[in-house]
Amino acid sequence: MEPILSLKDVGFRYDEVWALRGINLQIRAGEILGILGPNGSGKSTLLRIVDGILEPQEGEILIKGKHVSSFRRSSLAKEVAMVAQENHFRFSFSVLEVVLMGRFPHLKRLQFEGEKDFDVALRSLRATHAMELAERSIHELSGGEKQRVLIARALAQEPKTVLLDEPTSFLDLKYKREIFQLISSLSKKQGLSVVVVSHDIDLAAQYCQRLMMLKNGSTYVTGEPEKVITESNIQAVYDCPVLVDKNPASGRPRVSLVG
Amino acid sequence: MTDDMSSKMNRPIKRPLTFARVRGISLIMFFFLLLTMIVGLVLGTAEVSFKQIIGVFSGTIPMNDPARLVILKIRLPRIILAGLVGFSLSLGGVVFQAILRNPLADPFILGVSSGAAFGAVLGIFLGFSFNLGVPILSFGGALFTICLVMYLGSRKMGVESSTILLTGVIINAFFTSIIMFFISTTADSRLHTMLFWLYGDLSQSRYGQLAIIAPVVFIASIFLYSFAKELNLITAGEETALQLGVDVERAKKVCLLIVSVIMGLVVSFSGLIGFVGLIVPHLGRMSFGSDHRLLLPVVSLGGAIFLIIADTLARTVVSPSELPVGVITAFMGAPFFIYLLRTKGSQWSRS
Repeated sequence: MEPILSLKDVGFRYDEVWALRGINLQIRAGEILGILGPNGSGKSTLLRIVDGILEPQEGEILIKGKHVSSFRRSSLAKEVAMVAQENHFRFSFSVLEVVLMGRFPHLKRLQFEGEKDFDVALRSLRATHAMELAERSIHELSGGEKQRVLIARALAQEPKTVLLDEPTSFLDLKYKREIFQLISSLSKKQGLSVVVVSHDIDLAAQYCQRLMMLKNGSTYVTGEPEKVITESNIQAVYDCPVLVDKNPASGRPRVSLVG
Repeated sequence: MTDDMSSKMNRPIKRPLTFARVRGISLIMFFFLLLTMIVGLVLGTAEVSFKQIIGVFSGTIPMNDPARLVILKIRLPRIILAGLVGFSLSLGGVVFQAILRNPLADPFILGVSSGAAFGAVLGIFLGFSFNLGVPILSFGGALFTICLVMYLGSRKMGVESSTILLTGVIINAFFTSIIMFFISTTADSRLHTMLFWLYGDLSQSRYGQLAIIAPVVFIASIFLYSFAKELNLITAGEETALQLGVDVERAKKVCLLIVSVIMGLVVSFSGLIGFVGLIVPHLGRMSFGSDHRLLLPVVSLGGAIFLIIADTLARTVVSPSELPVGVITAFMGAPFFIYLLRTKGSQWSRS
């Protein structure tokens, strides 16, 4: 199948040291791709490159066969949406207002949101089970609620691909499960491609179709969870002895710390 | 509590902001602005009645009537200037707060005011006229500062908010020291003029000035309004705005430049009037929320109303003498601002 997003030999450096180098990756329509790796391995940098926030010094990123830097910001926002790790709202907006921000790339300069935009926003809120929050202030929400609202805003952009940067950090067990179930139902029902950076290897292994493991800014291994999550891979990448077996519920690989 | 929640869920969700709502609220504000202007025309040292005002505008009062002179030649241009200045300062404040993502920013924070003040004080020192020399030097000083701050504050990645803020503060301190030098070495009547200018002086208004300021402010505000949606997204974070499709760098540069130019222009005719650009935007945010498509018109018109009231007080409280209008705005503004900080301060810093 034709990939909707592909990276060819991408390299990026903030200063002298390469933060990422030689990255090749293809994202297919409707798949969930997990990006794993220890702190500082370049996971977040990779997402920001895919979204055109950072411009790589080497290689190219193609969306629908077109170079990412040839997109206008607003056209790119209709292709790719990002749910970033840090979100500080300095001023108080209601949840509905926040989700409607996702309609920005679809509106003309002086145009106000119309019925259609309102419908899309409500549909997105419904999809993320955040409808009852619509009129609350974004400042009043808990971590899990805010995360669902931000995913709703990403959906309101009506993108083909959603990038999530550690969507479940700081969330408790219930919300972790909820967010990943949400991601997987969105990709199934709406054919959305999802790239998710995660520190939680087990969750990623359970919900992603493919995984990519980064070490020091380059790809260590890419493939199906069974191929990526092995004792030797994790030992090498995370520098930590582990035991890998099967999760009895999902049949996917499961990691346990040793000693 | 739970009953309240469920009733909340049952009623339909309020529609997002519409153009009709923005227009409606703006029209109401505009009506209040006209009302304030009329009150401003009536009040003052010389007695003028509402009847005489009607008479002047309907042309039934003879040309040589002294009331006509007071209304048309003295009060009206001053009220219009106060309105334009209040409009611009508040608009500048609300835009700067959004771009710098700092609810405590005012339109003078980048040092534009100190550059303008330096120019004006220099002009007064050299004995230039208030018709031409002082405003030109002042506007020149403002433009120079903007360019300096933008140049020093820019990095290869673009204009970075905290760098530009710091640069502004430093430039401010530098020019203030030069101004203090002039003030401490001037002993004659020019000293009084300088001090009056530094606290805001609307008494020098003339129709010729208004003809310059009004069109510039009008065009600038339309330009800024076209960036209202971008401003909303930028307040949610620059990277977020980028991800949502805003050309952040361009929006920031254009807005900073437009605001700085109108600040330089109004300040060069009015002197430094503090607190308007800080308090009016806050009142707007407290009453109308954070959507800049509504905030920009409401806050600008509110600023016009606020400054006309303040200037009317400045003309009347110690009549027949008068106060610099900045004294009134600071006197009303400072306690109000402390109140805001105490009650709302925690909300701004919460992430």
